[in-house]
Amino acid sequence: MYDILSNFFTGDLLHVVWIGFLSGCIIIPLLLSVAYLSYAERKVIGYIQGRIGPNRVGIYGLLQPFADLFKLVGKEIINPTRSNTFLFIVAPVLTLAPAIIAWAVIPFDLGMALADINAGVLFIFAMSSFGVYGVLIAGWASNSKYALLGAMRSAAQTISYEIAMGFSLVGVLMASGSMNLQKIVLAQDGCLINWFVWPLMPLFLVFWIAGIAETNRAPFDVAEGESEIVAGFHVEYSGTAFAVFFLAEYANMILIGVLTSIFFLGGWLSPFKGLPILEDLFIFVPGTIWLFVKTGLFLFVYLWIRATFPRYRYDQIMRLGWKVLIPTTLVWIIVLGFMIKFEISPWFRV
Amino acid sequence: MNKKINQTINFGPQHPAAHGVLRIVMELDGEVVVKTDPHIGLLHRATEKLAETKIYNQNIGYMDRLDYVSMMCNEHGYVLAIEKLLNVKIPIRAQYIRVMFDEITRILNHLLWLGATAIDIGAMTVFLYCFREREELFDCYEAASGARMHANYYRAGGVVRDLPNEMPKYKYNKWQSKKMIDSLNKNRQGSLLDFIWDFTERFPQKVDEYETLLTDNRIWKIRNVNIGVIEPDRAIALGFTGPMLRGSGVAWDLRRKQPYAIYKKLNFKIPVGTNGDCYDRYLVRVEEMRQSNIIIRQCVEWLKKNSGPVMVDNSKIVPPKKDKLKSNMEALIHHFKLFSEGYTLPVGEVYAAVEAPKGEFGIYLVSDGSNKPYRLKIRAPGFAHLAGFDEMVRGHMLADAVSILASQDIVLGEIDR
Repeated sequence: MYDILSNFFTGDLLHVVWIGFLSGCIIIPLLLSVAYLSYAERKVIGYIQGRIGPNRVGIYGLLQPFADLFKLVGKEIINPTRSNTFLFIVAPVLTLAPAIIAWAVIPFDLGMALADINAGVLFIFAMSSFGVYGVLIAGWASNSKYALLGAMRSAAQTISYEIAMGFSLVGVLMASGSMNLQKIVLAQDGCLINWFVWPLMPLFLVFWIAGIAETNRAPFDVAEGESEIVAGFHVEYSGTAFAVFFLAEYANMILIGVLTSIFFLGGWLSPFKGLPILEDLFIFVPGTIWLFVKTGLFLFVYLWIRATFPRYRYDQIMRLGWKVLIPTTLVWIIVLGFMIKFEISPWFRV
Repeated sequence: MNKKINQTINFGPQHPAAHGVLRIVMELDGEVVVKTDPHIGLLHRATEKLAETKIYNQNIGYMDRLDYVSMMCNEHGYVLAIEKLLNVKIPIRAQYIRVMFDEITRILNHLLWLGATAIDIGAMTVFLYCFREREELFDCYEAASGARMHANYYRAGGVVRDLPNEMPKYKYNKWQSKKMIDSLNKNRQGSLLDFIWDFTERFPQKVDEYETLLTDNRIWKIRNVNIGVIEPDRAIALGFTGPMLRGSGVAWDLRRKQPYAIYKKLNFKIPVGTNGDCYDRYLVRVEEMRQSNIIIRQCVEWLKKNSGPVMVDNSKIVPPKKDKLKSNMEALIHHFKLFSEGYTLPVGEVYAAVEAPKGEFGIYLVSDGSNKPYRLKIRAPGFAHLAGFDEMVRGHMLADAVSILASQDIVLGEIDR
């Protein structure tokens, strides 16, 4: 592909076009998986609830996401009276953009990352924190009390859960000794026993819970709080602007799923690497597929949790974040320090 | 620095947790509710006034539409008032049928309440599980009365017709497989009573299923325990009835305290709470579903063994049998009179109340001796509950206001009337 492009472009331009092409290779499948994640959500929750879910548009309702998309695009974006139009339109973009940009550093396989940077974890952290600005601005610009309440909740929630998430990542950094996502995965080289999920189990749980809270999903969906503040920060949004929020939410969900797989479940590594018979049996499965399988597992848990649990109250979420999750991470970082110091096998051999 | 001003928000009338068309003007300090002011009347249909222009039997249909999730209980309150003033004694079989359907209605109501409350607190799966069971109970309604919701089944003097000996069955069609239709028809082979019996066999496990999702769920508990506490004496003073009162520990149930129909002969327990919070009210209602199930089983057993008339044999209030019209002069006259001007009630006033799923549903009826009520006053339980909402919700957070409102089991149909 690079050779074909080099026939048309030269120098710096070729470089830019090449990066654009690679970005497209990530973004287009990402948006497709967002579409089908929403379909999967409706199907999975449907079956959990004893329903069938969408089955009218296309076979098994497979075209439903596109029907939804066209419906939303065809609708008017209603601009509320006395709202700040510029911020009102910018907010959804500000939510979606970081959710997509963060994918630049995700390694899909060994050497398969758009940007293999050394501060990958920091970059992802910065991008995921950025998302809250979109929510805040949306809530403020809507000139609606419900939206403002939603934005307030979301801001408070994100700030406290970011800390828990950050601390749990400190553990990952200590264990792997690198901020480069590829090196984090390679530090877990071996079969599934070698994955960080075992020595870092409490941190894994904290990261996963904080991840659910970061994406504003049930049972932490207080920013949307459907039955309390109607739809929270995006109550005034319609049409494409709403669709963009929707895309961002689901792109973030997939991102958290992928990150959890990379940090704790060995990313693209096969769970059977180094095991006598199983390794040969599954040798044909490419690493990317393993990553997707692991991500899919987490996405399913996302939906499962949503179908099962009631919603927390806003102050109860704060309490959980500050009084349970953050102390857990702090304690485990110390424990982890000792585990590294005494070179507990098989994870921390020199 | 600016002076802090509380924010006033408009909770409803189009709000997902407003349970219909309730509008609450809510004053918030941050997220803490300082004051609430429920505005009712958006569903006002002037039922009480309308009743004054209709002959007695025509008003039964309006009763269904008051609290539109406990239809037959409302009818029961109304026909009870008429019967009390007429001083007729209705056949025992009709009383059993009424009690059976009252309890089916109670389960219907509590299932809707459970589902709606769960969805208000964020657990959406329970809602669909509850509706799965509601479908079967609606089938019972339909088999007996022909309508799935607004049954119009009770009459002054009994019930309009006896229970059917056959359950309607699903027909084979090209969309569903034969196997599926057969499985749907499996419990419909016998009579309606067999169908209800089969339901009562399975229902306790279904309640267990809801309880595994909610009762010991930590999130469910922190959202409900110690939320909206109401002391027993305040609950009595505010006129609370039903599960709202029993949740506070007052064992007041009209089925026991002022027995009507055949409740005296039945064996059941009255669950009461201890703290008077949302969680206790939840537990009370779940237990009431189990108790209703027990009552239904007792009624089905009796009804299977005993037959008899389901209407009083009094042609002044009950239309004669159709086959008599061709041969019997009096029957024809009675038929004509009943269907043109209805029956008249003696001059007087009466109050009759039943234990509806939401509390005491009372009918205060004043008769001037004509064929229409002179005045019909409806005592709806939800009205008193909603009046206590402000007191229950003060100092709680916005999200708690939703769970308190849900725990009150509000239906605006009966409140606005």
